[in-house]
Amino acid sequence: MVAAVRFDSVSRHFGEVRAVDEVSFEIADGEFFSMLGPSGSGKTTCLRLIAGFERPDAGHVYIRGDSVDRVPPYQRDVNTVFQDYALFPHMTVADNVAYSLMVRKVPARERRERAEEMLALVRLEGLGARKPGELSGGQRQRVALGRALISRPRVLLLDEPLGALDLKLREQMQIELKALQRKIGVTFVYVTHDQGEALSMSDRVAVFNLGRVEQIGRPEEIYEHPETPFVAGFVGVSNFLDAEAAAHITGTRAAIALRPERLRLMAPDEAAPDGHCVAAGVVEALQYLGASIRYDVALDGGGRLVVVQQNAEGAGLGTGPQGGSAVRVAFARSAVQPMRTPAQVGDEA
Amino acid sequence: MTAAPDAVAVAAPGGSLRRLSTLLYGRPRLLLAVLLAPPLLWLGVIYLGSLFSLLAQSFFYIDGFTGQIVYEFSLRTYAELLSSRANLDVILRTVGMATSVSLAAAAIGFPIAYYMARYATGRTKALFYLGVMLPLWSSYLVRVYAWKLILAKEGVIGWSFAQVKLSWLLDGILSIPVIGGPSLSVSYLGMFLVFTYMWLPYMILPTQAALERVPRSLIEASGDLGAEPGMTFRKVILPLAFPGVVAGSIFTFSLTLGDYIIPYIIGSSRFFIGQVVYLQQGTAGNIPLAAAFSVVPIVVIAVYLTIARRLGAFDAL
Repeated sequence: MVAAVRFDSVSRHFGEVRAVDEVSFEIADGEFFSMLGPSGSGKTTCLRLIAGFERPDAGHVYIRGDSVDRVPPYQRDVNTVFQDYALFPHMTVADNVAYSLMVRKVPARERRERAEEMLALVRLEGLGARKPGELSGGQRQRVALGRALISRPRVLLLDEPLGALDLKLREQMQIELKALQRKIGVTFVYVTHDQGEALSMSDRVAVFNLGRVEQIGRPEEIYEHPETPFVAGFVGVSNFLDAEAAAHITGTRAAIALRPERLRLMAPDEAAPDGHCVAAGVVEALQYLGASIRYDVALDGGGRLVVVQQNAEGAGLGTGPQGGSAVRVAFARSAVQPMRTPAQVGDEA
Repeated sequence: MTAAPDAVAVAAPGGSLRRLSTLLYGRPRLLLAVLLAPPLLWLGVIYLGSLFSLLAQSFFYIDGFTGQIVYEFSLRTYAELLSSRANLDVILRTVGMATSVSLAAAAIGFPIAYYMARYATGRTKALFYLGVMLPLWSSYLVRVYAWKLILAKEGVIGWSFAQVKLSWLLDGILSIPVIGGPSLSVSYLGMFLVFTYMWLPYMILPTQAALERVPRSLIEASGDLGAEPGMTFRKVILPLAFPGVVAGSIFTFSLTLGDYIIPYIIGSSRFFIGQVVYLQQGTAGNIPLAAAFSVVPIVVIAVYLTIARRLGAFDAL
């Protein structure tokens, strides 16, 4: 099947800044694809390249197999939900939603009907006559969504659409967005800097850094097997051990990343389970976090590990290892995530 | 509020200024009143007061025998204003000129404002600002007289037309009834040119400010939803910038309605409202009629704003 969107070594420079630097990837039809990265990592520029607001300085963007280098935004079969929603303040909600139909000269009657249908789909029944200024942030977000979907685009681009909402509403909208995407089967390209959002909603995630794609994969691949220190650090929390420190534990001279929740503290005399790596160290600091306790352990072989233990017994800081205690940190071999060397990173991207 | 005296007592060692600041801190309304009183007095007494005293004058009338102003409420002066064919002609002529000037200023000003707001950056933008404002820094009278020379029969315009053997074209334009005349400097066309030149900055600046406030994302959203640039302009940019154009047109319109120097220097002997006001309150000494004439622009602008509002010019505000 033809990819919904394909980037072929696309670059976009703003002066000296390489906003997007020889990026290649494919987005499958019907996929929920997230572009995750810190601000300035190039994810939004990639979205704008798909929408047509930016044009590549080098490389090609394909939408459903066709190069769109010469296609202006108004002729592309993609619609965008903007970060600031970009609702037309002088039009009613219904007119906003039906804007693309008005542009295509759809008769007024059909326009009204379809706008009402769409408002129902985004759960804004009865608000069609209002102006955007009279709506709450969450409602405006839905209007923007409805407006972008009404012409049934093949690809929907979402630029941090939930960024302006408070936490509760954001979590609710995440669930709704995902359900909506399943229901209508439109390809979603979703830009976010929120790793939780990307992991929970996406079929696949592309992690951006400095204008390049560091890693693309299913959420569990990205989280469980980050290939670069950047991905390991940006998506979730990671411990890093350099080649030297790692060699003492794994026996291999290669930098590794370890997720804190995969680590377990053991008493110095406790036997490690089979197939586990063990590292001895001293607790330097501990922190009560409510649901869990965080230990900072300085390893005897060099390096430090953050270990997060569930506060299962509800005993707080009292019973476990204290500051200065000698402990051993155990983890399954599968928790060891080797990092690609910088050279490999370069090859991949 | 009851805490204020205590606060003063506590702050007492700090001296009188300190006590004053403590007092004002404790009574924010007093502070507001102190700060607002001078400008409000200016606005209320000098600005609006003089306007209302002018309006009041228009309800007095001149005694036909003695030539003295009779200080009694009467609509006689307005009847005089509206019953005279000549007076109505003056009003129509002035409003017609003001309308044409406003339309022309909008037509010329909008593209410039659009470029300034959406494309020009840094130095270019500064240059445009300078270019728009520069004429305002020199004397109004000097510029009008300069135009008199430019428009005169032997002036640079007539000379240029002669050089390219197009004098017949200029003569043809000047022979058009109403707007033409013996030369540009004594025709409505010339007056129109000078008015448009004079008031153009007042159209460009508010239009540009309105265009600056249209977020780029709205324009992108329109294109994203399938609207071609022309459609985006009509459906998004123009409606959102329209309040700015209306604000600009209020300037160009009312400035033209009230001006008496340009019609005096550039025009023919046919009067405009400003000239009539000048004559009535000066030479003729008929202050009530001058006042009644001055009310005309106010009414015209009020009607204009009402229509603009009905047409939805301010929906985007």
